[in-house]
Amino acid sequence: MAKRIGMEIALAAAEAAALCNLDVVAAYPITPNTHIPEHLSDIVADGRIDAEFICVESEHSALSACCGASATGARTFTATSSQGLLFMGEIMPIVSAMRLPVVMAIGNRALSGPINIWNDHSDIMSQRDTGWISLFAADGQEVIDMIIQAFKIAEHREVMLPVNLNLDGFQLTHVVEPMLFPDQQEVDEFLPVYKPYAALHPDHVVSMGTLGAPDIFSEAMKAKDEALINSKKIIVQVWKEWEEKFGRTYEPIEAYKTEGAEVILVTMGSMGDTAEVAVDELRKRKMPAGLLRLKLWRPFPSEELRKAVKGAKVLAVMDRAISFGSASGPLGAETRASLYGEADCPVVVNDIIGLGGRDVTVGDFIQIIETAAQAKKGKPERGYEIYGVRGS
Amino acid sequence: MADKKGPETWQEINPGCMVFIPGNAREYHTGSWRAQRPVYDNSKCIKCGICYIFCPEGCISQDAEGYFVADLDYCKGCGICAHECWPGAITMVEEG
Repeated sequence: MAKRIGMEIALAAAEAAALCNLDVVAAYPITPNTHIPEHLSDIVADGRIDAEFICVESEHSALSACCGASATGARTFTATSSQGLLFMGEIMPIVSAMRLPVVMAIGNRALSGPINIWNDHSDIMSQRDTGWISLFAADGQEVIDMIIQAFKIAEHREVMLPVNLNLDGFQLTHVVEPMLFPDQQEVDEFLPVYKPYAALHPDHVVSMGTLGAPDIFSEAMKAKDEALINSKKIIVQVWKEWEEKFGRTYEPIEAYKTEGAEVILVTMGSMGDTAEVAVDELRKRKMPAGLLRLKLWRPFPSEELRKAVKGAKVLAVMDRAISFGSASGPLGAETRASLYGEADCPVVVNDIIGLGGRDVTVGDFIQIIETAAQAKKGKPERGYEIYGVRGS
Repeated sequence: MADKKGPETWQEINPGCMVFIPGNAREYHTGSWRAQRPVYDNSKCIKCGICYIFCPEGCISQDAEGYFVADLDYCKGCGICAHECWPGAITMVEEG
């Protein structure tokens, strides 16, 4: 039976990973994800799980170790943040190209500089095109659930791709929340023992990480892209299995009060919970506002988005990262690209919010929705704005 | 490249570009990259084997009489053997 326990979410992430019959953990500490590997090293040192904890000297080594371990058929886990993720950057596309089901928790933090240890999504956005499945959690319960789900998704024979789970630094990593922990037996029933497609072993000849010359590289990239696109089907299937077993629903895009909504807020990560309160408040004031929370960032759920926004007049898309010099923020760009050419396409307003740990309040969302509601069709859309920036 | 065997379409590629046939790099004849080829003058060769030791491609072997020969299927024409051969038995000759 699941137990309800109050715990810091980073520690809960480690506990969730520890329920997954791990073989290898390799991680290097960096704020704000540090408590995840720190607590996992405790769990391993205490003998609670039979796994190797590799104390590496950098994030580059952490992901390299996970890559190698995964290639031998080990179930591997790592965690990082910000510049640590950038240092993993060289290995990121290799893990996905080798189709290795490494699972990583990212305690999202702004990229330097100026040096900033607080939350935004610029770290994962810098790695979004590396071919990983990317999930966003909105609260502690989703962190626990998604870590367990991530292994099942990653290891599925029709997927075989690494998964990163994004949890906002501090807003989630350092917050204590009551969460339901499934017990070991339930997790074992949900998550079978990992059976790799192929594993490095002297008795079974296989070469991994091979050379791809110009005559095959395009085909190799197409195969990788197809694998990521097709993973959505399995992700949805795993989420259905989760719902049947544990009763909690997961969808690529979660709709909140979008029925009859004229203005819909679109968010990713922890700000979704704040946004819910803002929508409730506006509904009380008879304003037809709604909310979409994206749980799946890669592969991007374009189809689900098109369906979810039907009937809306304006979308207010919230980005927690700047794509410097771009036409939109990362989520703004995906939204506009997904809706381009749709009949009755809503006006898309794109705000960059909550950079480097700046608070995002209910009042901010109310103001954003009220401003967005005045956006008119036919007028050229502004690319994006940094909400609340002083001097504008 | 012409004699390379491998997948044609993206669907034919193994997941992760894994290769399950051991030693199949042998099927990839890199000799087509060559601009110059080594020519041995066995009258100068003292069979010391320094060309064999230094060949980065590992394509030089000894024949029945103990002289050394480069396998032109794999020799990329780097010229290291000619550079290292102190009796001067190897000359690099333009292909073509």
